[in-house]
Amino acid sequence: MSRPEDILPPDLFYNDTESRKYTTSSRIQRIQSEMTHRALSLLSLTTPSLILDIGCGSGLSGEILSQTPLEGTPGGPHTWIGMDISSSMLSVALEKEVEGDLMLADAGQGVPFRAGTFDAAISISAVQWLCNAESSEESPAGRLSRFFNGLYASLRRGGRAVCQFYPKNDEQKKMVSQAAIKAGFGAGLLEDDPGTKNAKTYLVLTVGGGELDGDITGVVGGMEGVDVMDTRRRGRGMKRGKEVKGSKAWIMRKKEQMERKGRVVKANSKYTGRKRRIQW
Amino acid sequence: MKLLTLNFLTCAIKTCKTSPASFPLHPRDCELEVVESESVNLPFLKNILPRLMWDELRVIADELGLPALPSTPPTRDDLVEPSSSSTTTISHAQNAGNAAEGQQQAEEKPSQTARDLHRVLLETCIKEGKLVCGNCGHEYKVMEGVANFLLPGHLV
Repeated sequence: MSRPEDILPPDLFYNDTESRKYTTSSRIQRIQSEMTHRALSLLSLTTPSLILDIGCGSGLSGEILSQTPLEGTPGGPHTWIGMDISSSMLSVALEKEVEGDLMLADAGQGVPFRAGTFDAAISISAVQWLCNAESSEESPAGRLSRFFNGLYASLRRGGRAVCQFYPKNDEQKKMVSQAAIKAGFGAGLLEDDPGTKNAKTYLVLTVGGGELDGDITGVVGGMEGVDVMDTRRRGRGMKRGKEVKGSKAWIMRKKEQMERKGRVVKANSKYTGRKRRIQW
Repeated sequence: MKLLTLNFLTCAIKTCKTSPASFPLHPRDCELEVVESESVNLPFLKNILPRLMWDELRVIADELGLPALPSTPPTRDDLVEPSSSSTTTISHAQNAGNAAEGQQQAEEKPSQTARDLHRVLLETCIKEGKLVCGNCGHEYKVMEGVANFLLPGHLV
């Protein structure tokens, strides 16, 4: 499947025709609304709150936020502020007269709100755009860290954020969640339909200091059909990101390094980095 | 853009983050618009009230030429209409027991203060104009109610 992220930057990709296509497609509408409802259930808000919508686009998710509990939004109607980088998307939202406030802003440049503004934040299919940098001045890591740092500051203590995104690969998934953890969030990934084409990844972020359990395991605690896989304990004794000297990974890295320097390096085989045990 | 949002926005430039003057952004040459909405969302107002920076809201209202706001922020109790509800609560409670009582609490009537606050925060919108940072003087344009917070690369 082609990824729009690889084609053009978001402000150029979502031009007038593309924005209209995106907003009028009933398939996209349905998926977006499903994901918004899922995200709302993860936020578990009980009172009308102030919510930040990152990458609000044409307000597909925002429309759901301003619905009442009778229409299916728990704790609603919420008041929301949406930010998006595509002016065409925002103009579609203006035409639809959505209730939230709109802002033209790049999430990769930070979140320009004062500390403790929002009860919650939601982002549907947007964060993967931050993994691309369009100029040499910026890097994906820098954009992600500016975004998560800004988001962390603008949420109130005990607040939550749910970011649904489409990671290109596991590496990107890791990069995004690491950036969130670095910013101070308690982070966890929830995957719906894992391993299928319709896999949806939700990054559930919590800000400490509330009445809630620390991280995602507390959030999904009461939910049905959720398996918790805790990978935090793995490799606790080891230094992070550094393999043991003499291990296979270390040898492979060194060999690669030498090869890059132009040295003659023996080809890798199944015996590379193996222990030479005496076997009878 | 609602005044509620303006009460939370700061300058997006990194060097301004540390300066207290980067909040609030000062509106200049603004065209205002009142968007009527049907109902007052009382639980939301109650929720947001402690987070408002009242002094800054007064400054902004003053700069926009709106009627002056009271010098002290309203309390949560000010937002609820005190009269007549007590009698109905009793009669309802007698009729339908505890369930109705809970519902009655959800249906508290907004007072005049709440309606005024709703008018100022959620119905008064900036349609066109500029927002100026008090620290660096950067101007953010507002067009059709949408503020432009995109920064050129060297300011990020």
